[in-house]
Parts: sequence; structure tokens; C-alpha cells
Amino acid sequence: MKSISFDATNALCGGILTAVGIFFAWQSFGLELGTALRMGPGYFPLVLSAVLILLGLTILVQSARVKGEPMGPIAIRGIFFILPAPIFFGLTVRGLGFVPAIFVTALIACFASSRMKPLWAIAVSLGLTIFSVAVFSYGLNLPFERFGPWTRF
Amino acid sequence: MELFSNLALGFATAGSPANLFFCLIGVLLGTLIGVLPGIGATATIAMLLPITFQLEPVSSLIMLAGIYYGAQYGGSTTAILINMPGESSSAVTAIDGYQMARKGRAGAALAIAALGSFFAGTVSTFLVALFAPPLTEIALEFGAAEYFSLMIVGLVSSIALAHGSVVKALAMVALGLLLGLVGTDIYTGTPRFTLGIREYSDGLNFVALAVGVFGIAEILRNLESEKTREVLMAKVTDLMPTREDFRQMVAPVLRGTAIGSALGVLPGGGAILAAFASYTVEKRLSDRPEEFGRGAVAGVAGPESANNAGAQTSFIPLLTLGIPANPVMALMIGAMIIQGIVPGPNVATEQPALFWGIIASMWIGNLMLVVLNLPLIGLWVKLLTIPYFVLFPIIMAFCSIGVYSVNSNVYDLYAVAFFGLVGYLLLKLRCEPAPLLLGFVLGPLLEENLRRAMILSRGDASTFVTRPISATLLLLAAAVLVIVFLPSVKKKREQVFVEED
Repeated sequence: MKSISFDATNALCGGILTAVGIFFAWQSFGLELGTALRMGPGYFPLVLSAVLILLGLTILVQSARVKGEPMGPIAIRGIFFILPAPIFFGLTVRGLGFVPAIFVTALIACFASSRMKPLWAIAVSLGLTIFSVAVFSYGLNLPFERFGPWTRF
Repeated sequence: MELFSNLALGFATAGSPANLFFCLIGVLLGTLIGVLPGIGATATIAMLLPITFQLEPVSSLIMLAGIYYGAQYGGSTTAILINMPGESSSAVTAIDGYQMARKGRAGAALAIAALGSFFAGTVSTFLVALFAPPLTEIALEFGAAEYFSLMIVGLVSSIALAHGSVVKALAMVALGLLLGLVGTDIYTGTPRFTLGIREYSDGLNFVALAVGVFGIAEILRNLESEKTREVLMAKVTDLMPTREDFRQMVAPVLRGTAIGSALGVLPGGGAILAAFASYTVEKRLSDRPEEFGRGAVAGVAGPESANNAGAQTSFIPLLTLGIPANPVMALMIGAMIIQGIVPGPNVATEQPALFWGIIASMWIGNLMLVVLNLPLIGLWVKLLTIPYFVLFPIIMAFCSIGVYSVNSNVYDLYAVAFFGLVGYLLLKLRCEPAPLLLGFVLGPLLEENLRRAMILSRGDASTFVTRPISATLLLLAAAVLVIVFLPSVKKKREQVFVEED
């Protein structure tokens, strides 16, 4: 007997989509559903969630029939350094101000690559900061505070 | 004639020094980023979108349109020089363009691509000017039911043209629609799916979603395996195609323009399809089909004209109906809404200068590309040698600044990170993000029109099939779905997309 082979990627995909659909459906039940004539805020989302759950399950079931290609490498280092960059910018742009926030944001992103040397990273971030301040702050007059309240003692 | 007075108004608007300047900046920036491999037109526009917010609506849209053509052009450049299409619609160009480059004819290939694109751009701009006004007349007759059905057609076609599994594409549309509903319900004011976070009560920021799913996900994918890129030639010489080249390119360019113009109007991203269709047609019609894949002039000229024509005519549904034909047009809609313009048939009558200005700027933008980029090709080639690890911190910084500058809402930045992760996950799970973005843009509109139509018909769902225009549109959508699921088409579709990869 052949061992059961299945496409792990698609199984995961179907599972996640089903779960997301269930989440949205659960949230929709908390809203007023209304009737087809006068649809409440929950009506249309509930229909969509049902569709999503159905499609997710379809993908899940189909995944059991064929074996697919593996998922390939995952950019773990990228995820750990790229994603925090905008979050850091969001947390500090008001407090630290535009100039320090953008410098550190660029610096964090720099380390996502294993090829980046520390000295290079500082040079790139510094150049980038100068350029951004010139263009966005002075040139386009975006209403950013250059140095925020946290930098004043 | 009305057409000419309208075009004159358009050229007067687009030809003002300020707008010419923004068009130029847009074209240059678009090419600059389009040349960088791995970042397609959608990601480019998503990243550069915020820069345009400080401008006047007309200038901002002209600049965005410029970025779009620029990015397309940049994509063809990398396709020819390093066999790495910057975006999917120039994937076909890579087949023969790269072979021409390997034979030392990179300059000629680039020139053929540019001239073909320019010709196609000129013709299709004229077509947009010709067909947009009568279509807006029809669109003004549309009620809620028609709009609903039309959007269904758009969403279904986006599925048909997405890569890979149809079921997954359908799921992406549903997910996109749901994400589009996050925020306050327009009829009752109830917050939906905001998880109690007040900052999301205006809905998820469109720019944040687009930058995350298209921009950041791409960066993460490029970081998976850091390879050194090889540029074929440091110096591109002999730009001028020979007389023989010209003779060979005329017919493919004409055919490519026709194919591209027709397919570009289709909602769902006709430019890619157009390029493939043109390549197939040229290969079949050629008296020397064995040359294809080994550097055939027709294999560059045809698809390049087709994708450019398609890129232009995809503005028709946007300008007349306010329905995006592809993710880039979805971004344009986002930009219009942020600028306070409601996309749809009213734009042509209420803001003629904007409407015709954009159309005229398409032609000007194409002209600029030919005039500027051929001499600048050396510069673009140099750009290819910039190591990637220097590029992405820059991209990340600009994304952060850009997204924050839209609303000065720090929660948008958290959304960027979140959707970056979601986008990467979707990429890994082999789900196409384009239908998701279309769904996201259309979600609120779709719901609004559905609810309005149901109220107008007193809860009778048959309103969608008893109104003739609506019924026709739904029939069309159903036909597309059936065709996509037909076994023979399914197989063919898989082949096309395999070739592309």
C-alpha cells in the first residue's frame, strides 16, 4: 500500500485560511446580522467568512491528493530584522523625533542581511538619514518634529 | 470636434511646467526602482505613493502614472540585460531579449523595446481618449445592482489571470474583501473587526496593506537566498537597430498594439496576458519560428508593444467606471480617494482637466521614456550593480516614512509590519496577493452596493438578474469562472504560467 502523501504547503494554507474564516465568522456573530432586505453590519462579512471557510476546507482536502514542491528556505533573519523596523519607527517617531527614529530604523533593517558589515550599516544609515531629512523634512515640508521630546533633557 | 478640444485641454493641463516636471520625476523614479530586480510596478507604486500626497490631485496622478510606465520600462531593461524581469508582464521579453543581449545586441533589443512601447503607447492613448467618454455615458446609467455585478466581473477576472490554483485565488478575493470591511460600518456606525483598537476604526490603511503585501514581502523573499547578480555587459553600445531590424519589427509592433489594446481593457490584469498572447501569435505567424527563443526581433517587439498598450488601456475601466483592472489601478484608486476624488463616471464631467490631463500625460510620459531612457541606459545598468543589501534598508526607511506621512497614524506602521508578514506567508503558501488587493479595494464598495440594491428591490435578490445590464455582467462573470475551471483551459493556463516562471 502506498503511504499517504500530501502537499504540506497546501495543507497549511487550507488550514490557515479556514482558521481565519472561522475567526471572521465568530466576530461577525457578535454584530447585528439583520435580514436580506436590511442587512446589518454582520450579514455580508458572515457570508464572506462562510465562503472563505469553504474554500479553505477545499484546499485542505485537495492537498491530500497530490504531493507538491517543498516550501523552500524561510528568511528567518529577514523577518526578525525587517519587520521590527517600521514598528520601531512607529514607536519612536513622536518621542525621539524624525532624525533619530529614521536612523535607527535603517540600522535595524541593515542587519537583515548577513552580508552587511557593521561599518557599512552605519554609513548607509547615516547617508540615508541625511538624505531623508533633506528631502522629506526640508524639501517636502512633511510635518515631522526633527528631534522629539525624549531627546530634550 | 469635441475629442480634439478635450485632448487640447488635456495637453494644456499635462503640459504645464509643474506637471511636466512631476511626470518626469515619476518616469525617472519609476524606471529607477523598476530596474531593481525583484521589485515590480505594484511594489514601486506602493512605495512611492506617499510622496505624491502633498501634490495637487492632477499632478499626483500624473506622477503616479509616470511611475507606472517607468517601472514597466525598467522591468523590460532588466529582462533584457540580466534575464530577470522586474515584473511579470516583461517576463516574455526576457526570452528573446536576453538572447539578443547575449549575442551582443543588447542595445538594439533595448531600442526595439522602447520604440515598440512608444508606438503602442501613442495608439492606445488615442484609444483611451476615444472610448473613455462614451463608456462614461453608459456608466452613468449604472445603478447599485449594475455596480455590484460589474465588481463581481472584475474580481472573477482577477482570479482567471492569477497564477496557480483557482481555489486559492478565490480564497484570496474573499480574504481581501473581509479585510476591506475592517472599520466602521457605514450604515450603522458599528465598528467591525477592529479588535477594539480605535485607530483602525477608519479601516485598515490601503497604503500600509499594499506596501506590506507587495513591498516588504518581496524584500523578505529576496533575503531568502542572497545571490550576486551578474550583469551581462557593463557597456551597452549600438543602440540604433539596423534597417533589417526595423523591417522585422513593424508587423509585430502593429499586431502587439492591437492585441494589447484589446486585452488591456479586461479587468484583472490584461498586460501580462497581452504579452503572452502577442508572443504566441508572432511565433505562429513567423516564417522562421525556430528563431524564437534564440533572439528573434519579433519576440521582443511584439510582446513589449502589447504589454505597453495593455498598460494604457487598463486605465479605461478605472477612468470610466472607477473599477480597477489590476493591482496598479487599485493603487491609483486608493490615491484618488486619498486626494478626495471619488473614482467613477463622474470624474470625466466634474473634473475634465484631471481626466484629460491624465490621458495626455500618458503620451507625454511615454515620449519622455524614449527620449530620456535610451541615453540614460548606462546609468540604469550601473544601478544593477548596487548590492541588494544596501538597497533594502533604504526601501524600508522610505516605506516607513511614506506610510506614516499618509495619516500620521503610528498604527499604520504596525499594520505594515503585520501585512509584510502576511504577504510573505502568502508567498510561501503560493497564494497570489493581487486578487487580495483588488478584493480589499472593492470590499466596502461591493458591500455598499449590495445592501443598497437589496433595499431598492425590497429584499428581492432577483434584481441582479432581472436588470439587463446587471444580468449580462453576471453571465459574463459566470462564463469566465466556468472557462477557468474547464479541464483543457486549466491545463493550458498552467503551461502559460510555468513558462513564465
